[in-house]
Amino acid sequence: MSTWLRNNQVPALAGLAAALLCAAIALIFFYAPVDEDGLNQKIFYFHVPIAFTAYACFGWGAWKGLLVLWKGRPGADLESYVAIHQGVIFGAMTLITGSLWAKFRWGVWWTWSERQLVLFLVLFLFYSAYFMLRYSLEPGPQRENLCAVYALFGVVLIPISLLAIRLAENYIHPVAFNKHGPQMATSQFATFMVALAAMVALAGALYRVELLGKRLDARLRELRELLA
Amino acid sequence: MNAYLADVAVLARKDLRLELRARSTVPAMLLFVVAALVVFHFALPSDSSELAANGMLWVAIVFTALLGLTRAFVAEREQRLIDGLLLAPCDRSAIWLAKTLSVLGFLVIAEVIALPAFALFFSGIDGATVAGVALADLGICAVGTVLAAMAVAGRARELLLPLLFLPLAIPIVVGGVGASVAGEPARYLGFLALYDAVFAIISWASFEYVVTE
Amino acid sequence: MIAARGLGRRFGEKRVLDGVDLDLPRGGFLLVTGPNGSGKTTLLRLVAGLLVPTAGELRVDAPRERVGFLGHEPLVYRELTALENLDLYGRLYRVAERRERIGMLLERFGLWEARNRRAETFSRGMLQRLALCRTLLHDPELLVLDEPFSALDEEGAALLDRELAELRPQATFVVSTHDPERVAALASDRLAFG
Repeated sequence: MSTWLRNNQVPALAGLAAALLCAAIALIFFYAPVDEDGLNQKIFYFHVPIAFTAYACFGWGAWKGLLVLWKGRPGADLESYVAIHQGVIFGAMTLITGSLWAKFRWGVWWTWSERQLVLFLVLFLFYSAYFMLRYSLEPGPQRENLCAVYALFGVVLIPISLLAIRLAENYIHPVAFNKHGPQMATSQFATFMVALAAMVALAGALYRVELLGKRLDARLRELRELLA
Repeated sequence: MNAYLADVAVLARKDLRLELRARSTVPAMLLFVVAALVVFHFALPSDSSELAANGMLWVAIVFTALLGLTRAFVAEREQRLIDGLLLAPCDRSAIWLAKTLSVLGFLVIAEVIALPAFALFFSGIDGATVAGVALADLGICAVGTVLAAMAVAGRARELLLPLLFLPLAIPIVVGGVGASVAGEPARYLGFLALYDAVFAIISWASFEYVVTE
Repeated sequence: MIAARGLGRRFGEKRVLDGVDLDLPRGGFLLVTGPNGSGKTTLLRLVAGLLVPTAGELRVDAPRERVGFLGHEPLVYRELTALENLDLYGRLYRVAERRERIGMLLERFGLWEARNRRAETFSRGMLQRLALCRTLLHDPELLVLDEPFSALDEEGAALLDRELAELRPQATFVVSTHDPERVAALASDRLAFG
């Protein structure tokens, strides 16, 4: 069994992600108690795990970036890039689900009073610029280094931006929405954890699939060059 | 340590001397910041608060800084002059520090004109604002120098620098505007100091990797 | 002093250097020849430490402050005078008796009269000579010269000939040139590209 697992890591991970997602969706819609906000609150079970997963991707990307600079590991640059790519995808999903949540709860598509949402907007801008940086450079040692440094700057920016957004609330008078964080009963907590696991597994699976694809691409190019 | 500081001094003096002779960056920054303030006057409707104008000061500073930063490594790249510095035995981070100090110098000169102009066009400047400007300048130049070196490494360099810089400038703007308008500026000044410390350290440490080809 | 095994360098998709093996002892003179675009400049930049290899290994047994590099660009600041340029590099390399050494080099390359003129007023030949002053300023033990004779007029070339002959016993050389016959007598090793 374990050899099969080792040889088929990606399909196994994808299978796990699919299973967890199904479980999460089932729990979200049939098990978790309906809050006073109604079905709209269900979005919370998607939004927060997705946000969490995006952070995890950016963190992973920064870690791989550190490996590029510090240890000079050859595969680390690609892994960093793919992780950040996943992070941006999940970040975009965070913004979309957050916007939907805001629409359902308060009737507006955007609000500056949701700290997480504002943070993700800033991060989205930052990491989108990552791609602009990456594609303005030719592949090579310099591109790897620059992208790694930028990824590290990003991970430092996350807490600093959060602090900044909090501070900004003091002089930017937010529209006073009735905010209340979900008080989590056990059933809600369990559902949340399953959803979180599902999102992380999904990100992991997508990460591995994309890596596989890019590595195959690189290998193909290498072989073509050798033949030429 | 002395040798390190000596290298920084030599390089910073070189940049200042070059600017003194070429006179291309600082006059542009001066003109830009005043022009921007005039534009902001027309951009603020009459019932805007005084505080809105304060916010505009920070927009002017950030974009003026961008102007200076865009020029920071252009000559080094175009004539490959950075090679001369990379061949020398000095620490790469000394190059960063010297460049940061020289851009800081240009920015301060621009602000020596900008702040009185702002006081003239809009409203008075208090001590907290000046302190905020000073702290913000450090952060802007420290981070901006690394990003300028990155931007200049690839194609589309002038386009890339604002994209790289603006997200990182958001916390600086928050700190600066907060220091200008909020009741207790100390908190915001403290935040700016934190930003400066954190980003100066990682900029200093990472510059070497940014210039390795 | 210089050892390379399977040295390679890629720029994006293009492989400019591939599988270069090299062994240059201290005091040797490596002459690198080949057509434009064959990788000579890339090899010299790798040896000087301006590029890192993307494949293979390269070992250069000379610290940065003992390496002198002359590339296609003169690496002088246009708005500074010849003297100021050399003073800048002299300080960065912590050259002993800086002023005397600068004066001596400017004189040897016939630039003493122009020492207080800004580099932007120099002709291409004078810039090349100034670049040579910069290269030799810190008394390097490894000299990496990329087409040093280009842009030099007869007089400048003669000055360079004289310098190379004088420095030959004191340093290790890696020189690329379009005109190999000029330095063939000095060479101990040859590497042909292309």
